[in-house]
Amino acid sequence: MSEEKVGVYVCHCGHNIAGTVNVEEVSEWAGQLPNVAVAKDYKFMCSSLGQEMVEEDIKKEGLTRVVVAACSPHMHEPTFRGACQRAGMNPYLFEMANIREHASWVHQDDKPAATEKAKAIISGAVRRSLELAPLEPFRAPINKTTLVVGGGIAGINAALEIAGAGYKVLLVEREPSIGGHMAQFDKTFPTLDCAACILTPKMFDVGNSPNIELLTYSEVEQVDGYVGNFTVRIRKRARKIDTTLCTGCGDCWERCPAKVIDDVYESGLGYRTAVYRPFPQAVPKYPVIDTESCIYFKNGRCKACEKFCPTGAIKFDQEDEVVVVNVGNIVLATGYDVFDARRIPAYGYGRLANVFTSMEFERMTNASGPTDGKVVLRDGVTAPETVAIIHCVGSRDKNTNVYCSATCCMAALKFAHLVKEKTNAQVYNFYIDMRTAFKDYELFYTRLLEEGTHFIRGRAAEVTDAARLPGEEGKLIVQAEDTLIGKQRRVPVDMVILMVAMEPRADASEVAHRFGIGCSDAGFFTERHPKLDPVATMTEGIFIAGTCQGPKDIPASVSQGEATAARVLGLIGKGEVQIEPVRAQIDEDRCSGCRICNNLCPYNAIDFIAEKGVSRVNPAQCKGCGTCVAACPSQVITGQHYTYDSIMSQIEGLLYDVRSPNEKVRVVEMEPA
Amino acid sequence: MSAKPKLAVYWASSCGGCEIAILAIHEKILDVAAAFDLVFWPCVLDFKKADVAAMADGEIDVTLFNGAIRTEENAEMAHLLRKKSKVLVAYGSCAMEGCIPGLANFADRKHMMQYIYHDAPTVDNPEGVEPQPQTTVPEGTLTLPAYWDTVKTLDQVVPVDYYLPGCPPEAKWTQAAVEAIMSGQLPPPGSVIGMDVTVCDECPREREEKKIKRFYRPQEIIPDPNKCLLDQGLLCMGIATRAGCGALCPSVNMGCRGCYGPNVDVVDGGARMISAIGSVIDAKTPEEIDAVLDTLPDPAGYFYRFGLAHSMLRRTALVRENGDRRAQPLEEVPHLDPKLKT
Repeated sequence: MSEEKVGVYVCHCGHNIAGTVNVEEVSEWAGQLPNVAVAKDYKFMCSSLGQEMVEEDIKKEGLTRVVVAACSPHMHEPTFRGACQRAGMNPYLFEMANIREHASWVHQDDKPAATEKAKAIISGAVRRSLELAPLEPFRAPINKTTLVVGGGIAGINAALEIAGAGYKVLLVEREPSIGGHMAQFDKTFPTLDCAACILTPKMFDVGNSPNIELLTYSEVEQVDGYVGNFTVRIRKRARKIDTTLCTGCGDCWERCPAKVIDDVYESGLGYRTAVYRPFPQAVPKYPVIDTESCIYFKNGRCKACEKFCPTGAIKFDQEDEVVVVNVGNIVLATGYDVFDARRIPAYGYGRLANVFTSMEFERMTNASGPTDGKVVLRDGVTAPETVAIIHCVGSRDKNTNVYCSATCCMAALKFAHLVKEKTNAQVYNFYIDMRTAFKDYELFYTRLLEEGTHFIRGRAAEVTDAARLPGEEGKLIVQAEDTLIGKQRRVPVDMVILMVAMEPRADASEVAHRFGIGCSDAGFFTERHPKLDPVATMTEGIFIAGTCQGPKDIPASVSQGEATAARVLGLIGKGEVQIEPVRAQIDEDRCSGCRICNNLCPYNAIDFIAEKGVSRVNPAQCKGCGTCVAACPSQVITGQHYTYDSIMSQIEGLLYDVRSPNEKVRVVEMEPA
Repeated sequence: MSAKPKLAVYWASSCGGCEIAILAIHEKILDVAAAFDLVFWPCVLDFKKADVAAMADGEIDVTLFNGAIRTEENAEMAHLLRKKSKVLVAYGSCAMEGCIPGLANFADRKHMMQYIYHDAPTVDNPEGVEPQPQTTVPEGTLTLPAYWDTVKTLDQVVPVDYYLPGCPPEAKWTQAAVEAIMSGQLPPPGSVIGMDVTVCDECPREREEKKIKRFYRPQEIIPDPNKCLLDQGLLCMGIATRAGCGALCPSVNMGCRGCYGPNVDVVDGGARMISAIGSVIDAKTPEEIDAVLDTLPDPAGYFYRFGLAHSMLRRTALVRENGDRRAQPLEEVPHLDPKLKT
């Protein structure tokens, strides 16, 4: 029998726990468990009074283990570890029993069962606590350089803030230029500022900051290491342009005979050449050669760009370059993809010529766009007389995405205004709910109402060119139920704009895996806490900003970008990090070198030492996930803080009422038949 | 009373291989005979149970007990020998972890009787006779030891002092055990006489990072003689099996079958193996995973071939008289382990 003295503290959490679990009964019961010296219940254990109670008992009663039965360790494990440490106890001898999320909240309709379950959870925690060992956190210095992935408005702001504080930033962007989606926009809601006018100075600052190294047309391929000390491998795709010679004069793309539809910057509404710079204000100013559409790369002839380049900067034989860099923190601001409107065939996109997506309309209405800012039908000349704007295309729809994309209502209002301003056409908005939260947004809605835009409350069912009624011939007809008057309506229009959803990047889950973070059900990166830690992730030193975390507008993206900068600067200011000592360890004397574990580690922390014939965990890279611990066929890998004995003891504790708690698992004594 | 220490050897539910394995220490057996007074060894010497029963408690110095416990008689002898012995050694896989007889724990008595005495293609039993614990004949009542639903290991019936793994144990370990006993230099009780690493440690084959795209049965490929069998898709239990045999099977192109049992401290060797194999299957989608697993026939038999009775799994569920531990209707499994009633 263990000598340890355990203190058990049952938290009421106001009514959160006490409303369902009989906390007095549970605490009295816990007092009877073997090794439990103190058992108390208290209204709010996380309050300073609750914490002081724990500290006092450790000192007075000589407790050697503390179990707090309250909420998730996610929430308050650090709180109580701190209390234990202040009282002179090693914080890793503290154990949290989650009787809120795991008992009271999930069994609100069955109070006796919730109480019994709370007992089992506490019994497990007490048993586990007896097997805990004191641990000391590692300390490691923080590399002061930061990697920002994604050069949209969120990433740009993160990079500028960090660089502005005097620290080096590496900004990696997949496309040939930074700017992101915002660079495609014409106006921004609700103020109708010109997007380019407010974005390009920031892009220029990035390009000129002595502290920012810009790697465009590049992608992060591999990430190793841990907070403060990441090693990142970046592939710089070959631009086929020598940027030390190129002046960005434009002779190459002006002479390039290969024209292709620009699916990225122009959203498929315009053309670009094979050697191209995505837009005039691009940063950096250098073009790239798209080898898939370049005539020379297809059939070995042409080389027009090379002939006309005044500085000899065209390098057809340029190869991808792989660079390996060390950084201390990483900000992911990888943005979003737009919903493919073809996925809702009823709206006719791709089939009916004058159905446009919102991104196409952004380009159309942009003064530097393919129509020079004229709002016209697909024929390129006819101005529409009536325009329908359909909201929630790929949002708030169980067939596609259940979430609200947050920005489309306001963008739709902006479009309605621009259509009116440029064509004086009648505009019909088909909406489910008008969502105009945030500062001054509602004012903009009011303004649109006064401008005479029509609002029809109801999800559009269909867009068709099959005329049925007089006045519908040659028109697109939007069919919808107007839920305010309870009637089906058919509205004939010349042009339809589909407000397409924001979706996670197609490769978001791969990227998440590469950086060791998680994705939500919808596929956006998961933050550490949805309210109180929205830009951190479960992986220390990796932060997320902007739409990669979820749909949001420009001000929110900017705020998150700047918030990540504050978090990064905070870590840099500290100078060193404490790393959780919860790590896997291989007993090298007993490892037989079967190499099962070698391939498994998501953090590449396991090396095979060929000369000794054993595998070894690099504790700096290990995150203590336990994958290798579970896989080791000879059970010689131990997860610190989650040892085999501690897990088995916890299970035995949980099952206290089905098996004698002191019985060893391996001896199953049963009488014969 | 002889001055020599007394040695007993007994077989319970076993194939007899362990008896032969004891003799595989060759001429050292003479040292054993010289050093010990053999007081009970049914396979070799004509002592009876009554002779053992007549001994004083603890009179036997060492008993090497092989075989699993699957009948009333096995259990009775285990209890008797425990009482009469100072040191009780679970000798070989059956006594230690159930071995092949333990695979019967995937079934129960009723289903086994049905197959063995009625359904097996070689059976000719028109009257449907089944052995009974008691049979009345004109001369009186004949009894047979009762046959259990569950095969047990020796330590699930009586406390065991030492374990010698293997099916059968290699001679060098028998010899090591005998020498340890003779010299009196015994490890702490409960120890396994053997190594604390796995077969890979003794296997000379070259191993690489593992990614298994499919499994092969031994007759399906000719393996590269220098490369790890598991790397080549041949299921080899060596990664999860205690060393000590000198990697006999892998050295002749046959995947380790796992007879030395799991490594030190491992409670459920089969689960360890499943977890390890599951971790290195090179497949992404559930369909791909299924396709790889389809190339692995009888996974339970592979992974628990020697260790089922002693694993955490122990056996498939038996239904209590008062409860429903499996979804099957009660009448289909009328045979009940009466002592399971709690």
